[in-house]
Amino acid sequence: MMAGTQRQSLLQRIGFWLALGLVFFFFMFPLYWITVSSIKTRAEVISRVPTYIPFVQFEPTLENYASVLIGGSIQSETGVRASADLSAFRDRLINSIIIAGTSTLLAVGLGTLTAYAVSRFRIPAENDVMFFILSTRMLPPVVVLIPIFLLFSDLKLNNSYPGIILLYTTFNLPFVVWMMKGFFDEIPVEYEEAAMIDGYSRLEAIWKIVIPEAIPAMAATAVFSAIVAWNEFVLANLLNRDYAATVPPWLNSIIGVGAVEWGRLAAASVVFVIPIVVFTFLVRNHLLRGVTFGAVRR
Amino acid sequence: MADSQLAQQRATPAPQTLRPRFSWLTDRWLAISFITPTMAILLFITIFPLVWSLYLSFTDWSVIRDAGTVPEWVGTANYVDLLTNRRTWERFIVTGQFVLPAVTIELLLGFATAMLLNRPFRGRGGIMTLMLIPMMLSPVVVALFWRFMMQGEGVINYYIVNLLGQEPVLWLTDRSIVIWSLVLVDVWMWTPFMMLISLAGLSAVPKYLYEAAAVDRAGAWFRFRHITLPMVTPLLLIAVIFRTMDAYKLFDQAFVLLGNRGGPGRAGQTAALWVYEEAFTNWNTGSASALGYIMLIVIIALANLFVRALNASKGAD
Repeated sequence: MMAGTQRQSLLQRIGFWLALGLVFFFFMFPLYWITVSSIKTRAEVISRVPTYIPFVQFEPTLENYASVLIGGSIQSETGVRASADLSAFRDRLINSIIIAGTSTLLAVGLGTLTAYAVSRFRIPAENDVMFFILSTRMLPPVVVLIPIFLLFSDLKLNNSYPGIILLYTTFNLPFVVWMMKGFFDEIPVEYEEAAMIDGYSRLEAIWKIVIPEAIPAMAATAVFSAIVAWNEFVLANLLNRDYAATVPPWLNSIIGVGAVEWGRLAAASVVFVIPIVVFTFLVRNHLLRGVTFGAVRR
Repeated sequence: MADSQLAQQRATPAPQTLRPRFSWLTDRWLAISFITPTMAILLFITIFPLVWSLYLSFTDWSVIRDAGTVPEWVGTANYVDLLTNRRTWERFIVTGQFVLPAVTIELLLGFATAMLLNRPFRGRGGIMTLMLIPMMLSPVVVALFWRFMMQGEGVINYYIVNLLGQEPVLWLTDRSIVIWSLVLVDVWMWTPFMMLISLAGLSAVPKYLYEAAAVDRAGAWFRFRHITLPMVTPLLLIAVIFRTMDAYKLFDQAFVLLGNRGGPGRAGQTAALWVYEEAFTNWNTGSASALGYIMLIVIIALANLFVRALNASKGAD
C-alpha cells in the first residue's frame, strides 16, 4: 500500500504488473474479442481456432459493418430472412438516438429545476421528498411493468415515441434530482444573492448566474442519463417491439433466431457501444458520483 | 460619515428605478412550479401503477383471459398460494445463490484491484477508465458478448479443451453451471463498480496515519487491518448494499443469456425472471402482481439498510 513513497524491489514490481495484467486481461478480453470478431468473415468467425491479430492471422473485412449499417443488400450464405432482420439495425439505432436524446433533455431540464428548488428553498419535509424521489428509482422494474403495460395499452402509448420517452424521463428524473442537488449544494448561495442585490429577480439570477455555473454538472448528469436510456432493455422489450424499438431489444431478438450471425451481431454491438466508451472517457472524473447517485462525492 | 454613505450605497439595488423582470414570481411560486412537474410525473408513472398493481395482487385477474371484465377480488389468496408454494421459495433461493457469490466476489476482487491501482504508475488513468467500461455497457450487450464466448464451441471452451485438456463446459445448458455463468457475467460487469468505490475509500485515508504507523514500525498487515480497513468499511458497506439491491433485481443479463425460463430446469430463473414469466407468458396478472409485491417488500428492507448505512457514514465524516 501507498508504495509510492517506498522503494520497491524488482520482485514486487514484477508481481504488481503481473497481477494488474491479469485483472486487465479479464476485463478487456471480451471487449477485444467482440471487436476483433466484428472484422472477421463468416468462415473466420465460426472457425474453431481463435485468431486475434488482423492482417497477420486473418484478413480483416468490413462486410459486417456494411451489412448492418447500409442494409441487407450484401448477399452471403445467409438466408434472406436473416439479412432482412439485420437491416433493421439502422432504424433501431436512429430510434435509440431519438429516444435517449429526448428523454435525457427532458429529465435534465425538469430534474435540474427540482434540484435547484430543493437545494435553495425551504421545502417542508425536504428529506422525505428527496427519499420519495429516490425510492421510485429503487423499484424493481418488473414490479411496475405490469400496470405500466396495462396503462400504456389503455392510452395507446405502446409502440410510440412519446410513451417510451416519458418512461425514460421518469426513470432518469430521480437520478438527475439527486445528482444536481449535490452540485447545487456546492455552488455558493452568495452568487445569486449578490446578483439579486444587484437588481436581478430570482428567476433572472437562476438563468444568468446559476445555470451557467451548473452547465458542466448538467452535462455530466446528462451523459449518465443518456447512457441509462441508451442501455435500457426491460421496458423497451415489452412495450416497443416494432415501431419505436431501440437497439437492445433488437439485439436480443437477433440472438433468439436459431443460427446466430455472430460477425454481424458483433459489428452492430460495436457500433452501439462506441458512444458509451466515448461518454465514459468524457465523464471519467464524475464516474464515482454518477454511479452512486451523487451519494459519494470524493 | 463617508463610511456610512458608502454602506448605504451598497445596500441599495443598482437599477433601482426598474423593477426586475419576473419579480412577481416569488420564491414560493418558483418552488412550487419547479417541484410540481417532477412529482406529478413520478406519481403518474411509478406510484399510480404501484397502487394499481397492489389492487390487482388481491384479484385473480388476467390481462388476456379476463380482458374487459372487472377483476374479481380474492383477498389474500394470491399471497397465501405464493408463500406456500415450493416454487416461489425455489426462485428466491436461486436469486440468493446468484446474489451471494456475485456480490462477495465483486467486493473481494474489486477491493483487491483497487489496492493494486492505489499507487502512482505510468498509464494509471487510462487503464482505470478502460477497466470501468464494463459497468457502463448495456446488460444486453454484456450478455451478448458472454453468450458468444460461452457457446459450446466458443473461445472459452476452446482453451478449456485445448489448453487444460478438460471436457468443454456447457455454460448455458448445464443445470449445475448456469447459475455460475450468471455470477461470472455479473462479476465481469460490476467488479469495476466495487473497484471504483474502493479506490475512493482508499484515496481518502489520510496519509499521516500511514506515516505514523511507519514510525512505529508497524507491519503491512497491521496497517491494513488497523488503518485501511476501518477507514474504508463505511464506504464499502454502501457499495455492498447498492450492489445487493441491484443484483437482487437481476433480469436483463439472465433474460438474454438464458431466456425467460432461466435455462434448463429453470436452474437460473431468478425472482425477477419469474415475475416476468407469470405476467407476460402465463398472463396470471393478479398472481404476478402479488409476486412483485413480495419482491418489493424485500427490496424495501434492503433500501432501509442502505439509507441507514448512508446516514451512518455521513455522521462519521
